[in-house]
Amino acid sequence: MELLRYILRRTVLSAFVVVGVTFLVFIVAQVVPSDPAALYAGPRPTAEQIEKARQELNLDAPLPARFATFAAAMASGDFGVSYKSRRLIAEDLKAYLPATLELAVFSTGLALLIGIPLGVLAAARQGRWPDRLGSFGSIAAVAMPTFFLAMILQLVFAQWLGILPLSGRLSREIAIGAPLPVVTNFTLVDALLAGRLDAFGNAVTHLVLPALTLASYPAGVAMRLTRSAMIEILERRHVVAARTLGLSEPRILFGHALPNAMGPALTVIGLSFAYALTGAVLVEIIFAWPGLGRYVSEAILAKDFPVIAAVTMVVTICYVVMNLLIDIAQALVDPRVALS
Amino acid sequence: MPLLDISDLCVRIPTPEGEVHAVRAVSLRIERGEIHGVIGESGCGKTMTGMATLGLAPKGARIEAARFHFDGADLREQAKALRGKRIGMIAQDPAAALNPVLSIARQMDDVIRAHRTLPREARRREAADLLAATGLPDPGRVLKSYPHQLSGGMQQRVVIAQALATGADFLIADEPTTALDVSVGAQVLALLRKLVAERGLTVLMITHDMDVIAEACDRATVLYAGRSVETGPVEAVLQKPGHPYTRALLAALPDAAPHGARLAAIEGSIPPPRTRIAGCAFAPRCPKAMPVCAAEPPPERARDRHTWLCHLPEDAA
Repeated sequence: MELLRYILRRTVLSAFVVVGVTFLVFIVAQVVPSDPAALYAGPRPTAEQIEKARQELNLDAPLPARFATFAAAMASGDFGVSYKSRRLIAEDLKAYLPATLELAVFSTGLALLIGIPLGVLAAARQGRWPDRLGSFGSIAAVAMPTFFLAMILQLVFAQWLGILPLSGRLSREIAIGAPLPVVTNFTLVDALLAGRLDAFGNAVTHLVLPALTLASYPAGVAMRLTRSAMIEILERRHVVAARTLGLSEPRILFGHALPNAMGPALTVIGLSFAYALTGAVLVEIIFAWPGLGRYVSEAILAKDFPVIAAVTMVVTICYVVMNLLIDIAQALVDPRVALS
Repeated sequence: MPLLDISDLCVRIPTPEGEVHAVRAVSLRIERGEIHGVIGESGCGKTMTGMATLGLAPKGARIEAARFHFDGADLREQAKALRGKRIGMIAQDPAAALNPVLSIARQMDDVIRAHRTLPREARRREAADLLAATGLPDPGRVLKSYPHQLSGGMQQRVVIAQALATGADFLIADEPTTALDVSVGAQVLALLRKLVAERGLTVLMITHDMDVIAEACDRATVLYAGRSVETGPVEAVLQKPGHPYTRALLAALPDAAPHGARLAAIEGSIPPPRTRIAGCAFAPRCPKAMPVCAAEPPPERARDRHTWLCHLPEDAA
């Protein structure tokens, strides 16, 4: 009951955030540019072309009316047309967003799976070699520039060992030789829908290196946060009590102490997921990954405002949903969260 | 043979300022089926004695003893193996002893699983039975709850049920009523007595409260400055205390003072745990101290099974 009310409250708050961001995006995309019509009409426009663009973009209507039109279009998934390519933005997003989400989800999962257990281990062996090694590793993981780590991973795993592909989402044999029917544009999902296990495995091997690169920073931070939270929790009386009750050490660490210590790491992982959506430009370029980061950075350079607006909206929604999921996860892990 | 047999236990703990003598010379003989109270002021070494018995003394602690045995096993080697199997603990503050983020069902189940292989349903029934055995009225509801949804008394019953779930026959109860209301504390003591009688448990009851000793214990040992100074059946210790410290403790009870009078207090304070003590540790505070008290360790005096350490002859006490 408490939990349901809590989820409802967080959902309503999230909806407000989305509305607020829609307003800001509208301002940036339609009010800030000195003359959207000139941008829309393309280079060296004639007066008639600009006038035609003004009408097409409905720029003469009053601002509130324009905002209403804009918000309604966003809500229906009609993001308009790119100034530069004249393509439907919604169509572009259908290709880029799944690629980015696949990478972001995979790397976030990796960060959790690597960072949290290592943090627990370091806390359990505080001051001894697993702790020192883990601390060194986490500092290295956080400090290493992404592009540098990406190139080292490519060198080792693709070039020297040859066990993982260098870049792309699928091998050429599959992408061209036996292409997957495109349904969702999530390669993993499409492969499963088509019953193509070979393509699924191939897609996973392509995900490993870029996901690992993206996961390094959040994994390092999650490890540090988990370690310090665990060290504090392991001193608590209920952990001593669990020892007097004859519980095994792994059970105490992972079953009893960790649920008390996961909050900070979950929060950081949520932030890094948002970062992975558009901040992963370098990783996308190095691994030839057709994702949102590249799409939006090209749009920014071209002052392609509708694309920037559309990506901002989509990323906001992904971020808000992710945060909502993390809030719910926190409440599931610690029932007292729902009370506050 | 006593179940717990400790003689001249000494626990030294290294600190940055030098070694602390937490326990200097504690002797405890606890028979099967009794509730044995250990009483003393804070810092007298009662909790550290319990922790050493559980194998939970702080890192680097040096433990020495003439005898330190539980049911024939040397606790210096076996404490960790016995903990949670035959020796259990009931902690002082039940709110802190329960994991705040796990349901009672999870916490009970984890303990049962650690000790027996049973199918899920049987474990659930066992958990409910144990909760019922501690007098909780609606075990099903308690199992679904989280610690913060229970009262202090209910939490303490859950802690006791967890200790029972280990199958331990010897429980160390460290101030089990201190965090509770007086009436709830009395109920918990009554529950412990009932469990001892029904299940053949043995309990070491650590307390600073003479009322707890009077209410719940069969025998008692008085600790002062890391030493056991008096031990015997509760009636003897309470009615004919041998050691001046025990007498001072009893005189300090509110009921002992006439109505409206100032409460008696023991002048002075316990010696700091780093000092060396040549004679009787209580001598500086003792109203009947003689020159010999500060110089030489006191001899043991006895009346039936009631013994104490004091330079004063028995009839002078």
